[in-house]
Amino acid sequence: MIRPEVKTTSGNVHEELPLRMETRGLSVFYGKKAGVREVSLPIYNNRVTALIGPSGCGKTTFLRALNRMHDLTPIARVTGEALLDGQNIYERGVDPVEIRRRVGMVFQKPNPFPTLSVYDNVVSGLKLVGIRHKGLLDEAVERSLTQAALWDEVKDRLRAPSMSLSGGQQQRLCIARALAVQPEVLLMDEPTSALDPISTQSIEDLMSELKKHVTIVIVTHNMQQAARVSDFTGYFLTGELVEFGPTNQIFTNPKDPRTEAYITGRFG
Amino acid sequence: MQAPLARLKRPSALYRMLGDRVFVVVVTLLALGIVALSLGLGYYLYLGGAQAIERFGFWGFLTGTTWDPALKEEFGAWPYLVGTLLTSFCALFLSLFPAIAAAIYAAEYAPKWLVGIINYLVDLMAAVPSVVYGIWGIFVLAPFLRENLFLPAYLWTAEHAPGILPYLGNPSGYGFFTAVVILASMIIPYTTALARDAISLVPQAQREAAYALGATRWEVMRLAMLPYARGGILAGVILALGRALGETMAVAMVIGNTNIMLKLLGIPLLYPLFGPATTMPSVIALEFKEAVTDIHLSSLIALGFYLFLVAFVVNLLASYLINVFKVGGQRA
Amino acid sequence: MRSLQARYNRDRVMVALLLLGTALAALPLLLLLGYALIEGFTSLNWDFFTKTQKPPGELGGGMAQAIVGTIILNGVGLLLAIPFGLAAGILLSEYPEHPLNPPLRVLSDTLNGMPAILKGLLAYVLIVKPMGGFSGLSGAVALAFIMLPILAKSTESVLRLVPWTIREAGLGLGLPRWRVILSLVFPAARAGVVTGMLLALSRAAGEAAPLLFTAFGNVYMQLNLLQPMDSLPVRLYTYAVSPYDDWHRQAWAAGLVLLALIVLTSLLARWATRGRQ
Ligand SMILES: Nc1ncnc2c1ncn2[C@@H]1O[C@H](COP(=O)(O)OP(=O)(O)O)[C@@H](O)[C@H]1O
Ligand SMILES: [Mg+2]
Repeated sequence: MIRPEVKTTSGNVHEELPLRMETRGLSVFYGKKAGVREVSLPIYNNRVTALIGPSGCGKTTFLRALNRMHDLTPIARVTGEALLDGQNIYERGVDPVEIRRRVGMVFQKPNPFPTLSVYDNVVSGLKLVGIRHKGLLDEAVERSLTQAALWDEVKDRLRAPSMSLSGGQQQRLCIARALAVQPEVLLMDEPTSALDPISTQSIEDLMSELKKHVTIVIVTHNMQQAARVSDFTGYFLTGELVEFGPTNQIFTNPKDPRTEAYITGRFG
Repeated sequence: MQAPLARLKRPSALYRMLGDRVFVVVVTLLALGIVALSLGLGYYLYLGGAQAIERFGFWGFLTGTTWDPALKEEFGAWPYLVGTLLTSFCALFLSLFPAIAAAIYAAEYAPKWLVGIINYLVDLMAAVPSVVYGIWGIFVLAPFLRENLFLPAYLWTAEHAPGILPYLGNPSGYGFFTAVVILASMIIPYTTALARDAISLVPQAQREAAYALGATRWEVMRLAMLPYARGGILAGVILALGRALGETMAVAMVIGNTNIMLKLLGIPLLYPLFGPATTMPSVIALEFKEAVTDIHLSSLIALGFYLFLVAFVVNLLASYLINVFKVGGQRA
Repeated sequence: MRSLQARYNRDRVMVALLLLGTALAALPLLLLLGYALIEGFTSLNWDFFTKTQKPPGELGGGMAQAIVGTIILNGVGLLLAIPFGLAAGILLSEYPEHPLNPPLRVLSDTLNGMPAILKGLLAYVLIVKPMGGFSGLSGAVALAFIMLPILAKSTESVLRLVPWTIREAGLGLGLPRWRVILSLVFPAARAGVVTGMLLALSRAAGEAAPLLFTAFGNVYMQLNLLQPMDSLPVRLYTYAVSPYDDWHRQAWAAGLVLLALIVLTSLLARWATRGRQ
């Protein structure tokens, strides 16, 4: 895989782990105002990295910088580097469409394509790259729905409209849709914030299985969730990365007093 | 202290209640005027056309192929019904590509300054009076089409396939095809405006879902935007169809106004492509002033009644289809 | 598999097609405007506004009677339509619980979608036939039929734009509902209501079909609403299909005047609602 080439802000080195992504001095500006400033953060392969912090601190902004979603926001401007497998995705000549295929995304609110069936939602990304073979598509549907822990619930109604599913099922359908194109990284922006506790539980449960296949970055404002599902945690405050480290260290022994205040404030 | 206060309040409560009652009654009565008008439209057109409908029968009048005010005094709506449907659907078909392309371009691709211009042009296009399209059709479009399309096509056919000349018809410039082109230009703004609004209203989340799968700009349009907006696009298309069906002056000015049809399998079903044709609204507009006999007048109003029915069915169909194709709200 | 290059190529082809379609859509309007400007300006003169028709074949004359007729017909039509249209708009926007609300909405939309010529036929059956002759009044009524649903719809939508807090404030002060609507909601929406009237006017002013057998037309100046009355669209039509070149010239001039009227009203409407979305 990738040579571990780690220079994190925290100086916390996990040299035995390969990197999948890494940002170096990454800033995002909305017009003149910075959404995130100078963030350098490693994203380890086949691990779950959680981003926490108070609302408005730039978690979403940072996440969207990892697959060039800011290209779609006219006023947004990204500086610094975001490396995917060692290559800066903001370099000239790098194709954003290709990057987004390799770095998938799941949004805060489930957004399946409402006019398509469950099956067609899952294969929509594959059809874009011209895969039409029925066997391949069927296989991909079963694989991704299984990975998203939805297969058993929908295998008998793959042709049903996607909107006939419950909210939690829709969100897992969106996960399956993102997984179908076999991305290297999956970005999840508060994927459970619009869901009920049972659906939240099922999505949290599938994460530990999922990370065998894909590297996950998850934004959450729920610290228990970060503690439960992630291996590494980064704490954001007003657009800056305050602290990054293994999740259990962040939660039990934070180095920065601001992190500690945030964590104890909520847990206390 | 309390008693006088209560006495003071009572008349004001009465005043309030009375005022509201009177206001609601007045508003209701006036609004009933619109209700009566909509219902009365069909009813009075039927009354006006009753003489003709009774004489020739509901279906008999509809399917009658003779329209002879002079000698036989026999009237049938068929040539006009077919003319209306043919011109309208052909115009709709012709308008689809430019109208929807313009809607997509304005909603998603055009730079901001150009969007304003396109929107203004679309508004203006819908507001240009029918007679102005008509005069342009008579003096610009028809001669242009005659010189550059009809005559060359006619001459070529005369040499190579004289058998199909009757299907082309007289290439004078005033006829079916010219009317279709005029109609198509007139209905474009209706489709464009509604389709554009529908596309702009597609939630950002849908767009991002497609982009995040690694879709190109056009793929986002095809995968996420167009399917989501299909209800609104369809609404625009059907609204445009409704406009085409009822469009009168511009068509009357360029269509040549002849009810001689071509037979297909023995049934009069077609008009020659370039040659003169006619429609329900245009014959009403042209013959009404000259109608002297009661039965002729009644037949013209009866044509109006059938046009009303067609427009009504199109309206109903529109709301039905829009409901079927509407994208349901997100379930919680 | 489809290569990324192939997908980008398709993307570019689609942009080209969209541009082509947009150009095709705009082409007829641009051509029409161009011709109307050129032909219209070379034909317009002072006589057009001040003189009436000269006998056929004789050069000169103008459309004074048609201009006056159009103003009268549309003015009277608007006056007739306003009470009904505004009331319907109020009912649609302010009384959602009223049992008449849903059918009124459907019927008003249906009426708006009905061909204008049918509204002329209705005015013929209701007024011309019983009165035994063509009249300006019947034409004004036909135009009012066209304006009604447009007024109702535009009034409804501008009243809806008025924030609910204004109504709540009024009701909170103990004002009755009708006073809230008339003294608070309506004034807040005044510019929008006027814009709706302009819109209705500009739609009706260009109509010829419903006037052909109601107001009929007249080559003389006529101010009596009970007599046949001329209008610009009808005169334009009559002249355009006539065999005389000089009449064709005047028809183009009438077309330009009608277009100018419409552009003017739309600009006025924009000006009236400036600063709003
Ligand atoms: N599209 C945008 N335009 C302008 N400012 C934005 C935009 N999106 C986010 N911001 C600003 O950037 C900052 C970070 O926002 P965000 O990344 O959404 O925070 P979080 O996801 O942590 O709640 C906020 O101050 C927000 O107001
Ligand atoms: Mg966020």
